[in-house]
Amino acid sequence: MKRVALYATIAAFSFFSAAPFLWMILTTFKTDRDLYRAQGNPFLYNEPATLENLEFLFLNTNYLGFIRNSLFIGTLVVIITLLLAIPAGYSLARLAGRWGERASIGMFLIYLVPPILLFIPLFRIVVALGLNNSLWSLVVVYPTITIPFSTWLLAGFFSSIPRDLEEAAMVDGYSRLSAFTRVVLPLSVSGIIAVIVFTFTLTLHEFIYALTFVTASAQRTISVGVPVELIRGDVFFWQSLMAAAVIVAIPVGIVYSLFLSRLVAGLTMGAVKG
Amino acid sequence: MSVETVRPSRFRLLSDNERLLGAMMLAPAVLFILALVGLPLLISIAFSLSDVTVGDTSLDYVGLENFRRVIRTPQFQRAVINTFIFTTAALLIILVLANILAVLFTQDFRGKWLARILVILPWATPTSLGTLGWLWLLDSKFSPIDYVLVQIGLLGPDTLLGPGLHLNYLGREYLAMGSVVLVHVWRLVPLSAVILLAGLTSIDQELIDQAQVDGASGLRTHLQIKLPLITPIMAIASLFAFILIFTDLVVVFVLTRGGPIYFTQVLSMWSYNKGIEGGALAEGAAIALFFAPVLLVAAILILRTVRRIEVT
Repeated sequence: MKRVALYATIAAFSFFSAAPFLWMILTTFKTDRDLYRAQGNPFLYNEPATLENLEFLFLNTNYLGFIRNSLFIGTLVVIITLLLAIPAGYSLARLAGRWGERASIGMFLIYLVPPILLFIPLFRIVVALGLNNSLWSLVVVYPTITIPFSTWLLAGFFSSIPRDLEEAAMVDGYSRLSAFTRVVLPLSVSGIIAVIVFTFTLTLHEFIYALTFVTASAQRTISVGVPVELIRGDVFFWQSLMAAAVIVAIPVGIVYSLFLSRLVAGLTMGAVKG
Repeated sequence: MSVETVRPSRFRLLSDNERLLGAMMLAPAVLFILALVGLPLLISIAFSLSDVTVGDTSLDYVGLENFRRVIRTPQFQRAVINTFIFTTAALLIILVLANILAVLFTQDFRGKWLARILVILPWATPTSLGTLGWLWLLDSKFSPIDYVLVQIGLLGPDTLLGPGLHLNYLGREYLAMGSVVLVHVWRLVPLSAVILLAGLTSIDQELIDQAQVDGASGLRTHLQIKLPLITPIMAIASLFAFILIFTDLVVVFVLTRGGPIYFTQVLSMWSYNKGIEGGALAEGAAIALFFAPVLLVAAILILRTVRRIEVT
């Protein structure tokens, strides 16, 4: 009896979470006539399924361009974030003394500053730098979201590595820096991979900056391009829209569930060791 | 630094260099953040006290005029009320559901991996795309929810919700408000549940065994032993969810744009409307600054809670 209740509740939660995606998949393959029927069961294919909508999405819209833009921004932001957050994280974990603690609290507070508080002044800065309507505006601005988060995640990771290992290496004649690069970094691969995954997805998710700084259709990212550019006035190409959404959702969902515990450790500032 | 140097001075040098090295490793990140978070914050305050627009970018000091003008508009008043209603309602529902979900996932059951992926999907998906799915699910003419309600006899002529065949979720005041809350709940239950789950699994199993030996029921161990232990973590989960709902633009932008009329208007949307679409940068900045005091309180609460976890 208890088992039945357990499975029923899990099924209900799974259904609630997955419902929009199931509806997206069902919609993707429907013909226009089938989709916009006033009568009949909308859960069935009343006419044969079609691939035309996918064809339309990939060939007649900027969808592939949106994906390319998002991949471009994501890759560059990951590189910038790693370059700045790895040394900063190590510094907070090992080298900075008392003021380092204050710096890390500051880092955490910045992590809580939401884009909505900054998008208007940043918009002016982006215009002043001549970067409006360019993907580079997002490459420059996104690290403000990802660096504080990643520094936290990595600082926690680095401090979980025993100090003895570096000290032994330094006794053997390594400098602090080479002890870090040759001993600590190789042990931190999983933490760094987690940072890559979450930096990338954060840039994929971001909406406000992408909406404000970039207005040329060809330069849009996936999160803004799909809802803003694929809806033309009152005309909704629902099948292509839903396909566009679900094609991004499923791979990201699977990757997320693989890296979950690491993210949680970062989110709660290492308070909960995932 | 070489290993051959004389001992005492070498240690001096090492510790001095370490601090220098630490500062140099931290500096790029800190400078970057100061330039692109600190500076914009100051600009934002300067904007809110000026008459800057997209057309006329010179800053002339106008004092608190923007704040006064903003507060007087009914759109803004409604936005403040809605922001708090949406945040409170969604947060309460999220906490209840996330607790249930987290407890379920401490159990072993078949197909757990699949359930995990499905439950996490709403959080993994870019919010704008997930919300698009809801926009279509809640469509005024083709909502499958309407179809189900008609089939089970709750909607249509001579029924409880009738007489029309469509509820028009996003076109009616309270239904539209409820829809916004629903989408927030949908997208944030996974995040909160995952944080709570981490808290639950970190509880010492012996405590729970002991309680069960003493004859406590499952529900009682949950309420009297586990819940108090994870209260700090629950506080963190709530504060994160709070900030994410409170400052969110995407859900309202995609779902209703603040409509019908301005019944689902929220602060973020109104700031965007005024500042970017309307070009009134000063007013937009002033509206966004209304977030600041609340966020500051949230940040202090999070820091305090985290300290408490570290102490115990």
